[in-house]
Amino acid sequence: MQFESFTEFLHMGGYAVWVWWSFVGTLACFALLAFEAVMRRKTLVSEARKHAARAERILQARQARKQQKAAH
Amino acid sequence: MWRWLHPYAKPEATFHLVQKLLPWFLVPGIVLSVLGLVWGLAFAPPDYQQGESYRIIFVHVPAAMWSMGFYVAMAAAGLLALVWQIRTAELALLAIAPVGAVLTFISLFTGALWGQPMWGTWWVWDARLTAQLILLFLYLGVMALYVAFEDERAGAKAASILALVGVINIPIIHYSVYWWNTLHQQSTVTRAITRLEAPSIAPEMLYPLLVNIVAMMLISAVLVMLRLNNEILRREIHRPWALKYLGIAVSTPAATTGKE
Repeated sequence: MQFESFTEFLHMGGYAVWVWWSFVGTLACFALLAFEAVMRRKTLVSEARKHAARAERILQARQARKQQKAAH
Repeated sequence: MWRWLHPYAKPEATFHLVQKLLPWFLVPGIVLSVLGLVWGLAFAPPDYQQGESYRIIFVHVPAAMWSMGFYVAMAAAGLLALVWQIRTAELALLAIAPVGAVLTFISLFTGALWGQPMWGTWWVWDARLTAQLILLFLYLGVMALYVAFEDERAGAKAASILALVGVINIPIIHYSVYWWNTLHQQSTVTRAITRLEAPSIAPEMLYPLLVNIVAMMLISAVLVMLRLNNEILRREIHRPWALKYLGIAVSTPAATTGKE
């Protein structure tokens, strides 16, 4: 360990602003990219679910209509 | 020799390969990131001239290195897309560009934060900084061109050409500090490869730097892989294999197309 205390570690020998902003900024950039990728995946999956459910409903409605016609 | 690569032209094969590879990049990436950050921030010795401010090197250098590395990867994908008309390669181009742009932005951003206390200025129009800024514009240009066409594949072609032409900037960035007098210092690590000189940095600083370089490559690769699979899913989401993978039940094949 190069620092005597945690306060000294945070102080970074007087360069706290530059050093911490660099690291926080970098982490924020990666977090943003990761967040975007995960959210996009979620949206894609939910859209696919909706699409599949809609196709299912259409199919069932069509079959119901056919059965009605057959009954008449 | 390259035959084993052929199946991966199919998006489905690439998707499954990427899903399989993801944890092998993600877990070591996180472990090495934590190790590298703790080592670099708390355990590496301070610089005799720059004091603690030099610790910015542990994000600045890896980001700058991989901003160029991922550009070359993106251009390679562009070449595959242009020459062999491989759709998966087009999607890879689109997946890599934003990650590369962010890496370039990080290198410029941390460079400014390092330049202010050490050089007394956020920015100078010296060769290294300007060439790196052009790299950022190239990335943004590739992204913009890709979506600028009505037909996505035409956009992919234009973006691939720009990516390939832009490769000329990579050696310019690397050698800018040797060809011109720059405020930016010469290379510390890659001179071992490109100039066959020993790295001009103490081992106590070099080792955590190497850890951070590998960590940033792995984390960036994970982000590219996530994006690539998102792009593949976007194109293939209604195909049976994708629906099966996502666990979405479809009663009959007709149900997916809405035709009888």
